Amino acid sequence: MGKRMTSLMGWIDARMPVTAKWKLHLSEYYAPKNFNFWYYFGSLAMLVLVNQLLTGIFLTMNYKPDASLAFASVEYIMRDVDFGWLIRYMHSTGASMFFVVVYLHMFRGMMYGSYRKPRELLWLIGMMIFFVLMMLAFTGYILPWGQMSYWGAQVILSMVGSIPVIGEPLKDLIMGDYMLSDAALNRFFAYHVVTLPILLLTLVVVHVLALHEVGSNNPDGIEIKKNKDPETGIPVDGIPFHPYYSVKDIVGVVGFLIVFFGIIFFAPEMGGYFLEYNNFVPANSLQTPDHIAPVWYFTPYYSMLRAATVNFLWIDAKLWGIILMCGSVAIFCLLPWLDRSPVKSIRYKGSYFKTALTLFVISVFVLGWLGTKTPTPLYTTLAQIFTVVYFAFFLLMPWYSKIDKTKPEPTRVST
Amino acid sequence: MRKIKNILFVLCLLPLTTFAAGIEVKLDIAPIRTIDKLSLQRGAKTFVNYCLTCHSADYMRYNRLRDLGLSEKQISDNLIFTGQKTGGLMHTAMVKKEAKQWFGVPPPDLSVIARSRGADWLYTYLRQFYRDESTATGWNNLVFDRAAMPHVFYQLQGEQLLKVEMVDDGHGGKHEVKRLELSKPGTLSKTEYDMQIADLVNYLVYLAEPAATYRVQLGIIVMLFLFGMLGLTYTLKHEYWRDIH
Repeated sequence: MGKRMTSLMGWIDARMPVTAKWKLHLSEYYAPKNFNFWYYFGSLAMLVLVNQLLTGIFLTMNYKPDASLAFASVEYIMRDVDFGWLIRYMHSTGASMFFVVVYLHMFRGMMYGSYRKPRELLWLIGMMIFFVLMMLAFTGYILPWGQMSYWGAQVILSMVGSIPVIGEPLKDLIMGDYMLSDAALNRFFAYHVVTLPILLLTLVVVHVLALHEVGSNNPDGIEIKKNKDPETGIPVDGIPFHPYYSVKDIVGVVGFLIVFFGIIFFAPEMGGYFLEYNNFVPANSLQTPDHIAPVWYFTPYYSMLRAATVNFLWIDAKLWGIILMCGSVAIFCLLPWLDRSPVKSIRYKGSYFKTALTLFVISVFVLGWLGTKTPTPLYTTLAQIFTVVYFAFFLLMPWYSKIDKTKPEPTRVST
Repeated sequence: MRKIKNILFVLCLLPLTTFAAGIEVKLDIAPIRTIDKLSLQRGAKTFVNYCLTCHSADYMRYNRLRDLGLSEKQISDNLIFTGQKTGGLMHTAMVKKEAKQWFGVPPPDLSVIARSRGADWLYTYLRQFYRDESTATGWNNLVFDRAAMPHVFYQLQGEQLLKVEMVDDGHGGKHEVKRLELSKPGTLSKTEYDMQIADLVNYLVYLAEPAATYRVQLGIIVMLFLFGMLGLTYTLKHEYWRDIH
């Protein structure tokens, strides 16, 4: 570094510790050296976040949050705005890929016990990010004002309305009207482009800060901080994030972009899963579609919502559905306290946990698939069976994780 | 273990249930070739002559048809009947309110109809009209029962009649098979008519996403670039990580 540069950095550092922060978070943040494929998805989630923010800004320049203009303005972007189609597809594909990446990121945490002590708070902050992401996806999906935007929103809002006591006033507050209308579209636009992105960004920063405090977990689920070099105080199995993981994550980024742009350029609708065919019909409040299905990332929860068909105790079936649906997401928050296994990683857990996790993944896929279908008696029965499997994974965990036959953890990470 | 077996058993049955649930009219596969500009031009001609009378394509500008290899002059001389400028949107001359009185529903905008209905549906629908005196228009459709739209191509295709036959399904039961039969020939042969509709549907697919052809072309270049980048970044990573392993 030149003399001038050094003195400039000295001037800045005396006023704001940029160099110290750079070291703390990048060049002297020690991450375990045995990260595998599953550890790409944290940085990729951040990449998708940036993608959504940038493309989102360009979309707002031409989008019109007006019930009579919204649908046409999206088509205007697709046809008349230079590269508008690319920006729009990057945003719509980005929304789905955000969930792909976040689901894989969460699954990584479940496999390697990343939610366990001392990372419980990190996990909870992550769950908050997930909630905000779901709200962002929901509010964003309303904006094109197609049939699925409109009727999907109707379904979700009617759920809000059926919360006891506060439901109806809360629904009116969210919509700013007594029905789904222009006023509601304006509010959803405000939530989608201002409120929720600010919340999301803040939570992501907090998530990273919390991570760098406790340090990253790894595929072996052992703490690298327990084994430090006596002279330097650096974990012997740790390597500086920069340059080692920065250059590695770039490979992940390019690999991700190949999939991402592959979808954008060659299959932007992804067979109706990323962009639903019915959403190319403008919203019509007088014509309910035969079949209302959410986008793929919500279908497992939607299945559970529909799985409740009987009134039980003093609660009616509809409210049970909502409880199941919200519970299915919220229950992830309890993971740190449900897992009683002496080891963190699936590598050293026994067959009970492995079986349970496999059944859980199967139930998520089956529920997701069922959520795209029109319900029949058989489908509803299947949804009920797999809802039970889904919840059993969590609720029985204190029992099966405790009696599971685990293997001893190593003292050093395996490479 | 037995429980897992039961679940797996149920899982194996899943594909059967989709089969049972999907009793619909079998759609013919539309021969879509959006890179065939001559076909698109023919489709555009049919579109402005037949469809645009009642339907609109309100998100599409006439001068975008330069994509099909046409000049602005060719577009304004041959394809614009409403006196609009070439930069104008493809509006319909029909008044929405009147259309609703005449048909019960205003004819839908066709800009993105190929994205909501799908090319195969449109291709089948436009070829499956038949005479039915019980409807308001005197026409019915196999794909879309009691569609509000009359058969606008009847002079080309001719008139078809519905034949319902009871067919033995080989398991002791019988089921209906619906078939259309030409009762009065039109000016085009069956093959000629199918080709004209194929051109029209091809155009509708283009209309639904005019940038689609360019999208794929650009995509190939971007993919080549990204694969190059993958090699480059992997080499860089490998170089750095040599001191770790």
